[in-house]
Amino acid sequence: MPQSTVPNHSNTSSQANLEALDESAEFIRRHIGPRPYEIADMRQTLGLSSLEQLIEQAIPQSIRSSDPLKLPSSRPEAETLRVLRRLASANLLAKSWLGLGYANTHTPTVLLRNILENPGFYTAYTPYQAEISQGRLEALLNFQTMIIDLTGMEIANASLLDEATAAAEAMSMCHGLQAKLGRNVFAVSTHCHPQTIEVVQTRVRPLGIEVSLVQDEWSFDGTCFGMLLQYPTTTGAVHDYRQLVARAHQDQVLVTVATDLLSLMLLEPPGAWGADVVVGNSQRFGVPLGFGGPHAAFFATREAHKRLIPGRMVGVSKDAHGKPALRLALQTREQHIRREKATSNICTAQVLLAVLASMYAVYHGPDGLRRIARRVHRMARLLAAGLRELKYQLVHDHFFDTIYLAVPEGDREEILERAGGRSINLRRLPQGVGIALDETTTRQDLEELWEVIGDAASPAVSLEELDRQLQETLPESLSRTSDFLTHPVFHRYHSETEMLRYLNRLQERDLSLTKSMIPLGSCTMKLNATTEMLPISWPEFSGIHPFAPLPQARGYLEMIHQLEAMLAEITGFAGVSLQPNAGSQGEYAGLLIIRHYHESRGEGGRDVCLIPSSAHGTNPASATMAGLRVVVVRCDEAGNIDLEDLRAKAEKHRQELAALMITYPSTHGVFEEGLVQICELIHEHGGQVYLDGANLNALVGLCRPGRLGVDVAHLNLHKTFCIPHGGGGPGVGPIGVARHLAPLMPRHSMVPEAGPETGISAVSAAPWGSASILPISWSYITLMGREGLEQATLVAILNANYIARRLDGHYQILYKGRNNLVAHECIVDLRPLKHSAGIEVDDVAKRLMDYGFHAPTMSWPVAGTLMIEPTESESKEELDRFCDAMISIREEIRRVEEGAADREDNPLKNAPHTLDALVGDWKHPYSRQEAVFPLPWVREHKFWPSVGRIDNAFGDRNLVCACPPVEDYL
Amino acid sequence: MNVPDGLLYSREHEWLDVDDDHKIAKLGITDYAQDQLGDVVFVDLPEPGDGFEVGAALASLESVKAVSEVYSPVSGKVLQVNEMLADSPETINEDPYIKGWIVEIALSDAEELDDLMSASQYENYVEEEAEG
Repeated sequence: MPQSTVPNHSNTSSQANLEALDESAEFIRRHIGPRPYEIADMRQTLGLSSLEQLIEQAIPQSIRSSDPLKLPSSRPEAETLRVLRRLASANLLAKSWLGLGYANTHTPTVLLRNILENPGFYTAYTPYQAEISQGRLEALLNFQTMIIDLTGMEIANASLLDEATAAAEAMSMCHGLQAKLGRNVFAVSTHCHPQTIEVVQTRVRPLGIEVSLVQDEWSFDGTCFGMLLQYPTTTGAVHDYRQLVARAHQDQVLVTVATDLLSLMLLEPPGAWGADVVVGNSQRFGVPLGFGGPHAAFFATREAHKRLIPGRMVGVSKDAHGKPALRLALQTREQHIRREKATSNICTAQVLLAVLASMYAVYHGPDGLRRIARRVHRMARLLAAGLRELKYQLVHDHFFDTIYLAVPEGDREEILERAGGRSINLRRLPQGVGIALDETTTRQDLEELWEVIGDAASPAVSLEELDRQLQETLPESLSRTSDFLTHPVFHRYHSETEMLRYLNRLQERDLSLTKSMIPLGSCTMKLNATTEMLPISWPEFSGIHPFAPLPQARGYLEMIHQLEAMLAEITGFAGVSLQPNAGSQGEYAGLLIIRHYHESRGEGGRDVCLIPSSAHGTNPASATMAGLRVVVVRCDEAGNIDLEDLRAKAEKHRQELAALMITYPSTHGVFEEGLVQICELIHEHGGQVYLDGANLNALVGLCRPGRLGVDVAHLNLHKTFCIPHGGGGPGVGPIGVARHLAPLMPRHSMVPEAGPETGISAVSAAPWGSASILPISWSYITLMGREGLEQATLVAILNANYIARRLDGHYQILYKGRNNLVAHECIVDLRPLKHSAGIEVDDVAKRLMDYGFHAPTMSWPVAGTLMIEPTESESKEELDRFCDAMISIREEIRRVEEGAADREDNPLKNAPHTLDALVGDWKHPYSRQEAVFPLPWVREHKFWPSVGRIDNAFGDRNLVCACPPVEDYL
Repeated sequence: MNVPDGLLYSREHEWLDVDDDHKIAKLGITDYAQDQLGDVVFVDLPEPGDGFEVGAALASLESVKAVSEVYSPVSGKVLQVNEMLADSPETINEDPYIKGWIVEIALSDAEELDDLMSASQYENYVEEEAEG
């Protein structure tokens, strides 16, 4: 292991950046892993005199920005928190009884601290390496079981982005299922939440599907493939849809129902009356409102449709020892496999929030949830009874927690004004006022509402009297009869002590950034600093309803506008929209903008999207969703675009060319030389250039894509800008656009301020997407300042090159760019080992677990390789530990190559090894010590994978996506 | 790698077992193809009666990590499909040439068979491709 030398700053003159780092900005030193003397060491290893030299050698001059970022310099943590406190206090915590699929909720504090505020959960990655992800996989299986039980459906996924996109996904799945009928109308009830209707309308347009809005007069005439209902409706009415669904099914119309989980404690679930798909938002199960998100939406359907379900799904399988083990099931549905044939471009789930919502159900159990539902329902009936006493009328007699007060327009405005004066938000509806209650509602709230509505008058009878005379308002025919949440997991952890230990047990099974580096290529698993994370649970940020009057969100808006400006400066774009709540949604929004741009110029026929063969699978999937035809452009061995092929295809499709999607640096981690020329070529042929910003971490401060001719790009705030991966979501995927596209950025019909009037319709349910986590990126940029951001990029590139250099010779490093350097990640080729030792990429990935590491990205962008991205946050010591592990594994492989170890029974093939390796018979030709403590430092803090190698094929052939009976674990 | 004699092979790694009249053939994927694909977990089969052209996707095979289309090297009509694969997709891995057949087809143009390879030609083809 290379020794670190003692720091010596006196002999270097070209370290202006480093001096700044030493003197002024403490946070930069906290965020960046290597110490200054380690940076000097690594430079020497690479034969560089300065970091600037590295950048000069690695990055083509043609793409570099000549001027530094126009951002303030680095700010201390305490000061940043002070500024954020001031912004937070500019938000007004009103009482929002607005409904619309968002409800106030009490997040149990044991869940708040141990999930939402716990780096053990929030810094984990998507659970692709299942053996070291059993904790959150179990929590997600609980989530799926909860959704299946509550909706009465057969199968559910592990969450989607929001209720509106879940409804759009349902529309898309139903269209696929009924493709043979050749129908293209999707009927949507006007009683759905307005944001859901808008997002569905956005989604259908490019696909040639028509939305037919239906108020109550449903007719089925063989044109419609699917329909969407809301249960209870957006204004709170509970309808018995049985006959409607039967009529729909007679006409082969598939029925999607958007629903409210809490109401299903009392109401017959949609699965019991024929729904084909059930979607909704699990937010009110303990997940803060957060001005719109992130929350976990759900998607449940029939078993028969399992291969068409969008998003991720956890399934039960078994490990090498025959024990039950969990992993992501049916992964071939995902866009990275199916590309333009994928049913959806959804990559991510909302794991952190799904875990939180599932634990809310685990903590309360079915009885607790029923109690909450009954209490809310009783409050709503009391409210209604009091209002009737005050001689008001209701629009609906049948309701669960939301009432629709019928008042003339003039009275309505007076009521809303009085409510506003007391910081109470009620919903303005055509015939009056909507009031949605929730688990936070108290008796005082009811009295306050009577006062506000009755203009200081109170019901003539007391609350007690009203309660005595209370009538049931749910139709008897819809009273829930089926049991739910009968699995023991929903009965075991009802005391705080038990819950605390359950959460801790789950967290301990998962390898997160709290344990070791997660060197996933293209995923940028950098530090998620505590200071950045603190604000997300401040009530002034977490407690704001997404459709609260904007004067109550002044602090949010200021922060949002500042963040937009910062991101615009960093990327060189004229405008930024924060609405897309995942990278895939950013891609989709960006491509829609390009389509609309062509249409606005009378060139709507432009529908060809050129995509290099080395692109992320999401690119072609998004293009297809945007109604574009994908034409694949060849790449050379190194993943660089074949310029001749690009020219030929641009030429061939010059009349139809809509866009080129390009990733930069390339998915192979190379700074291609010709970016500027590529942009010019596409523009000459009438197309627009879309840049996939997944690899922006290699560009910040050095290059502004918006100045190089790129027209649109999405950024992954959960990569480059420190929003944690949350164990598999939330993500945030804003887009930056050039000046001519700025008027087309997404708007939101319910909140005109959220985007330009001329923009495309909403792509997300909430106007600013997942607003509550935007303070994380705001804080990161503020804390780092212009010099810190640039420093981070330099060190990210340095770290990647250091790893490449240390592993070179042991493994072949693919795709170096100019001067034999890589960008911010490097690819290690394992393909020769299959021939020489029978060792495959899986074996190396699983063996790394025995060393306490998460594998790099496997078989992407090239099958049989590992792609390593260390990020700037990992210290040299950690990089060396990782390299030592990789080199030690190479030696283990060499023993197989030389015949000293068995080709089948060796530490790689049997990896990962669990604690069971220490007890009982040992029948392998290598020792227990080699198995579990392969290097001395592994012993010091051993991470034990909780299960052995998982049999993926068994699980996919025998799909089980709900909690299995407990006996299976005995 | 098992490459039985007497079958015809395509560049997309399918085999055809053609009857003496060159009218009917069974089709499956080769041992090499199943090994490349890994554990097959699901087979999406066509309907009997479906017609298809050369190069059409006849079926798709899902493994744990990949989806692979079975492209028909000939044109024709589906006579029957191997129903057993619905419940036991692993048969394709275990016995790709006998029990793991995928479809039986009626050939519409026997001349199309001329473009296919013999066992020894296919073996050479795979070796070249692997080195390629």
